[in-house]
Amino acid sequence: MAKRRHHDMGGLDAGPVEISDHDHAPWEKQVNAMLRLLADPKRGVMTVDELRRGIEDLGPGVYDELSYYERWISSIGNILLEKGVIEVDELGRKMTEVEARMRAAQDETSKAAAGKAGA
Amino acid sequence: MSEHDDHTHDHKHDHGHDHDNGHAPHPFQPDIEDGPITEYMVLTRAIGELMVEKGVFAAEDLREKLEYMQSRKPALGARLIARAWTDPAFAARLERDAMAAAQELDIDVGVVEIRALPDRPGLHNVIVCTLCSCYPVMLLGNSPDWYKSREYRSRVVREPRAVLAEFGTEIPAETELRIHDSTAELRYFVIPERPAGTEGWSEERLADIVTRDCMIGTALPKPGAA
Repeated sequence: MAKRRHHDMGGLDAGPVEISDHDHAPWEKQVNAMLRLLADPKRGVMTVDELRRGIEDLGPGVYDELSYYERWISSIGNILLEKGVIEVDELGRKMTEVEARMRAAQDETSKAAAGKAGA
Repeated sequence: MSEHDDHTHDHKHDHGHDHDNGHAPHPFQPDIEDGPITEYMVLTRAIGELMVEKGVFAAEDLREKLEYMQSRKPALGARLIARAWTDPAFAARLERDAMAAAQELDIDVGVVEIRALPDRPGLHNVIVCTLCSCYPVMLLGNSPDWYKSREYRSRVVREPRAVLAEFGTEIPAETELRIHDSTAELRYFVIPERPAGTEGWSEERLADIVTRDCMIGTALPKPGAA
């Protein structure tokens, strides 16, 4: 019998269901919205099945360590690279630039909050 | 895609941008993240900006899609069920073709098939996606975290009664349980039975007791909940 892949978990043993939920962070909502735009047949950049294949290809360790939308964006990134929609180098450069901008924005916000608290 | 989110995206983005610097149109600026900035947040925003720069989608498309996804909530599914409970002809149409029935109520259900699973005396339905996380987002909004968890996906197909009991839902031993495994091409939602004690209620009042979990099948509607 073929060995199950790690995502194929129906019927296996597992612990009690932790009945939890959370409000999604802005970046999680963005991942969700982007997938829907990319998978829209009028753009045809990628499909939901490719998303799933990309998630399954993350491998057992990563699959269980990452949160749900972390798996999604990792898969989306890999598939866009695979298809040549983006290049590794430009993604790296963009991430450096974006991170600097995000840190600056967060600093600005916390400074503004501290300023208000001190007033 | 969360479900209980009252966030309205009405904050201002007036932190003094300079549009005269000769750069391409301003990148989409999502909300500032509250917590520590992670690699995945950075990756998300970087991919978003690259897509806009390459013209794969426009910043406006992203903004519109975010708003649209915010509008998908369990209240949409609850409206269908409340109508079915008060209109047997509609109930028959909903069971036959849920997509067309939703359109009758001006509910946009997209193009991926969604099928209704009516409970009957002695039969209760539950949905899951054992392989990933397929879910009728168009009708119920985003799925809860537990729906995507290893525990729920693994166990609900083998010991549904025990799993439902963890939700505080006891299904009598003589009731048949059918667990439906969703796919990317076919998603389901449960039409629970109308509970006793709701005779004469308006559709709006009925819709209030149909929670998200009632349409997943892990809860049953209770007249006291409204």
